[in-house]
Amino acid sequence: MGILEVSGVNKRFGGLQALGDVNLSIQEQSVHAIIGPNGAGKSTLLNCLVGKLIPDSGSVMFDGQSVLGRKPHEINQMGISRVFQTPEIFGDLTVLENMLIPVFANRDGAFRMHAIESVFSESSVIERAREMLAEVRMSDKVEMLASSLSRGDKRRLEMAMCLVQKPKLLLLDEPTAGMARADTENTIALLNEIRNRRGVTMAIIEHDMNVVFSLADRITVLAQGTPLVEDTPDNIKGHPKVREAYLGEAQV
Amino acid sequence: MLGLKKTDTTLFLVVMGLTLLAPFILNPFPVESGMAQFNAGYPDLMQRFVIFGIFAIGFNILFGLTGYLSFGHAAFLGVGSYAAIWSLKLFALDVVPAIVFAILVAGAFAMLVGFISLRRSGIYFSILTLAFAQMSYALAYSVLTPLTGGETGLQIKNTDSPLLSNVPEGEIGRASFLGLDMGASQELVLGGWAFTFNLGYYIAAVAMLIAFYLSIRIFRSPFGMMLRAVKSNQQRMNYTGLSPKPYTLAAFVISGMYAGLAGGLMVAMDTQVGPERMFWTASGEVVIMTVLGGAGTLLGPVLGAGFIKYFENIISKINKDILHQWFAVLPDGFEDVMVSLVYPFVGKGWHLTLGIMFMLVIIFLPGGLLQGGQKILGLFRRKPQPSAAAEADGTKPAE
Repeated sequence: MGILEVSGVNKRFGGLQALGDVNLSIQEQSVHAIIGPNGAGKSTLLNCLVGKLIPDSGSVMFDGQSVLGRKPHEINQMGISRVFQTPEIFGDLTVLENMLIPVFANRDGAFRMHAIESVFSESSVIERAREMLAEVRMSDKVEMLASSLSRGDKRRLEMAMCLVQKPKLLLLDEPTAGMARADTENTIALLNEIRNRRGVTMAIIEHDMNVVFSLADRITVLAQGTPLVEDTPDNIKGHPKVREAYLGEAQV
Repeated sequence: MLGLKKTDTTLFLVVMGLTLLAPFILNPFPVESGMAQFNAGYPDLMQRFVIFGIFAIGFNILFGLTGYLSFGHAAFLGVGSYAAIWSLKLFALDVVPAIVFAILVAGAFAMLVGFISLRRSGIYFSILTLAFAQMSYALAYSVLTPLTGGETGLQIKNTDSPLLSNVPEGEIGRASFLGLDMGASQELVLGGWAFTFNLGYYIAAVAMLIAFYLSIRIFRSPFGMMLRAVKSNQQRMNYTGLSPKPYTLAAFVISGMYAGLAGGLMVAMDTQVGPERMFWTASGEVVIMTVLGGAGTLLGPVLGAGFIKYFENIISKINKDILHQWFAVLPDGFEDVMVSLVYPFVGKGWHLTLGIMFMLVIIFLPGGLLQGGQKILGLFRRKPQPSAAAEADGTKPAE
């Protein structure tokens, strides 16, 4: 039994079958990549996992509980964190404040009316945020406005904001999309470091084969809304069906 | 001190000093001098400064922090006023229960309006709040006449006999605080100067100081940080396990309660209410106050409120005769030219001056008058330290 079990999920947008009978099982402590050509339904699947979309049929079980019908913040409180394609951070707040918010969310839940005490009297929360910033080597930037960070640092910050919540599952939506070669290498290194140090279960949606093969333990290939194959990276590389659906399309 | 950081404590003490010494500070000119008309230290106007200050501080908690622009905040002020006058008419002539009642009723009404309006954001939210306020105005004006007195509004009448107060038969009760008349004033004459200390003003001033203090606490709290997160990125908030809606609703209700407090105080100072208090221009005024002073800053809204009320009451009183006196030194023809040039901007034309000023501030000082003040302070410092100045005066201005 995996930590995330997707079974028989269908999603239709008008006449388009975006997801057709998707079954997927993500094992704890693994890095599971979901790849596929454009329009294969990768993002739709991801959105079904985090509560942004509700599948027409099928079930999505996380840690023994169904996530269907729950709102994004409720699913996050269950232990799923999400990193976006373009980093979603609080641009008007400082780096430290960006880090404090997930720590508060972790401690206090979806809403708490703590309007009188000062943020800076919450020393344990601040300490945890600072530790995490040190771990991603951003300690020198705590007072900076998050919107003024470089793209790579925004990505690091977003990742750190997710990790400080100690998620049971970290979802990454094309974490290296639009990045330069060097930034991509840095991100791979960061993700590998995170996995080795914290043993976080990750599901990655990715286009870049280089990223996928250097990170994933298992790969699911999605084509036209249906999983084609699921296997280890080595087996996927030479798989004829994958060539046909994915690499074949890439050569056109 | 007071659970605030040093810079905030300083800010609070400065505001406290200015507020409590306002009767002196606002009356810098001797009574007999030609400049006496610029004196703003009379009770009626001073009360308006602090009451609208409270209104703007509360509005800023919603708009400055979450970015949700309510265009119907005058409704809460009006509802608070009606609640307060009923308390004076039926319950007691003491202003404290009236003000508490005003805050509670306005808060409950804000809860209802906020719950519905916050289903949308951006311009749709603004329009919804505007619709609610105009609806409240229309209801108060006509349908709800038994409750609101319709067009003429409500006053304390000689037939009112509040439950807890003894009003002699046939006399009109007067609002009081622990038995002291709200209108009680003490005049102090020093040389050519006259200063008036009014009980009503000091009650309103203390209320404003409490309101200001609470707003500093809210700004510096985790709750305040969450409100800024709402403004910054709701998507990230949702995916961080936080629900933006209750945070925004709480901010809406708090700011509605501030408006209720302002409305209650207005009635405590001058025991009458009319529906025009809820008209959309009144809602627009508090938006202008906040933006003019500096939205998202601690001090800005108070500054903006004072500024607008000063214009409304002082600049608007300058008439043609006064202008002729000013320019009397000039040759005859020239005098008339000057008067006709300046006249459109003063007296009834004060809105024109305010409008131009507002445009200039929006274009050149997006952080409001407060940002202007900081720039000027920066010029006088040997080493310009913009970040230090920003810290000293509250928070970063919202754009």
